[in-house]
Amino acid sequence: MIWLRERAVLVSAVILAVVVLAAIPRLAEPYYITLVLPAFAYGIALLGFNLLFGYTGLLSFGHALFVAIGAYGAAVLSSKLGVRSFELIVLIAGLAAVTAAIPVALLAVRYVRIFFGILTLAFGMLFHSFLFKFYDITGGDTGIRVLRPSLFGNDFKELDKIAFMIGPFYYYCLALLVVLGLVMWRIVHSPFGLHLAAIRENPRKAQYLGVRVRLFRFIAFLISAFYCAVGGAILAINTGQADPELAYWTHSGELVFMTVLGGFANFFGPLVGAFSFIFLKSELMGATQYWRFFLGVTLVLIVVLFPRGLIGLAQDLWSKARRR
Amino acid sequence: MSALIETIGIGKAYGDFVALQDVSLSIAEGELVSIVGPNGAGKTTFVNVITGLLKPTAGVVRFKGSDIAGIGPVMLAKRGMARAFQLVHIFPAMTVAETIAVAVLSQTGKSLRLFASVKSDEALRSRVREVAAIFGLEGKLEAESRLLSQGEKKLLDIASAFALAPEVILLDEPTSGVSSADKHSIMKTLIDAGERAGVKAIILVEHDMDLVAEYSSRIVALQGGKVLADRPPAEFFGDPEIVAAVVGKLVGKLARKD
Repeated sequence: MIWLRERAVLVSAVILAVVVLAAIPRLAEPYYITLVLPAFAYGIALLGFNLLFGYTGLLSFGHALFVAIGAYGAAVLSSKLGVRSFELIVLIAGLAAVTAAIPVALLAVRYVRIFFGILTLAFGMLFHSFLFKFYDITGGDTGIRVLRPSLFGNDFKELDKIAFMIGPFYYYCLALLVVLGLVMWRIVHSPFGLHLAAIRENPRKAQYLGVRVRLFRFIAFLISAFYCAVGGAILAINTGQADPELAYWTHSGELVFMTVLGGFANFFGPLVGAFSFIFLKSELMGATQYWRFFLGVTLVLIVVLFPRGLIGLAQDLWSKARRR
Repeated sequence: MSALIETIGIGKAYGDFVALQDVSLSIAEGELVSIVGPNGAGKTTFVNVITGLLKPTAGVVRFKGSDIAGIGPVMLAKRGMARAFQLVHIFPAMTVAETIAVAVLSQTGKSLRLFASVKSDEALRSRVREVAAIFGLEGKLEAESRLLSQGEKKLLDIASAFALAPEVILLDEPTSGVSSADKHSIMKTLIDAGERAGVKAIILVEHDMDLVAEYSSRIVALQGGKVLADRPPAEFFGDPEIVAAVVGKLVGKLARKD
């Protein structure tokens, strides 16, 4: 019964969050609305990232690679190949990332901890330098423009760019976040998800229970790449540009930052992390030129004081309040 | 009686060091075979060979008639042999039910279901309860493994191995770290669990000669990488020379008890 009540609280909280997010375009200033879009993008990317980090126990320092593939996929498809359908863009960019992830994952899942981290970092940097050197294909440091996509075949010509972004595109991305969130919820609560947790907890024991550790890590890696690419495609459309910064290793670091900030041990942690990070960064950037310093201090405080992230902090406060 | 496990002339060398030499034995259905010997006798190497973890440098190792040399833990589990280690291996942050579920799912070939629900799988839940009940863990199903007592962790570790519904199970010092008062009850639980789970043979690696004497149907003694004795307990312990030669310093322990 307690379990049922917890579930009811959870479902209500999620519905409330979706309703609030859906209401934002009617309530908030356009500036803040445009901040929510990258939060949706990172939310989706981090759902995938955390399948690997929080659930499987593999910390990648190179997942900006897949975000960038999503972004460049959207750029190449929309401005070079004339593909405007956002559904197609998401699908093709996602599959491109999965394809690129295959060789990376095949090698990386043979390793754990720091070795896994360094390998993914190396692949990320490799891709970053590829974007710089192959100017003809990638546009070098200026990148490639991303054109406005059509949604379900509708290109909303009557809307200007801002109106499109805070209107149909906003709701589309919210819906995408909800759908991909539900899919990820199913994955982590499936037999597959349970096996990933077993691998994180004790890979040797998992093997003796018949779990094919590398295969499961491999599949989790590919799923994470797909989610990151979808997030990358949204990011690129939001800024109208795919540039090499997206693949830079500090961007991978930001993915880790957001996940730790929100709490990697909880399903919703990365989502909370994405939203908090975007707004924190924007406020700090507006307030001081030393925003990187303050972001760093925030991360240090979170890791030292609330290792379970903002979600962990919220859980502690909630259980304290209930005990009173 | 058909042999479940059969080794013929197993040898294992690490460079110049010979860990095993010409070890031949077979284990049949219904047996509980204890493997004993002093430290450095080659016990660990031998059990690693017959569980497919190590590839022998000479000889053949067969399980149910097929070669299992170096097949690795995953294939071993799939073929029907489970192994529990001396050191407790658990999934600290997972509950008792989840831990057993991992084994049941893997054994029933449901591991790769990405979108199925673990919670609503009734067959899985009843199987998990059944396995937990055998080991007296049914009241702890929702407890996190790391919060269990040391004895319960040990039982959970072994329970998850039994949940694979193996034909053969290898128990590496299953009572280590358990108070001597509890040793017999744990051994009885294990043997009872084996019968209920349809386990056809148990291989026991054990230092405690009381347990070996009481529960084995056969004792294989290794020394210096070779088989020195392969006999039923009565014959084994009836021969003081063998006991002295094979069990070494453990004899003193037995003698003090008498």
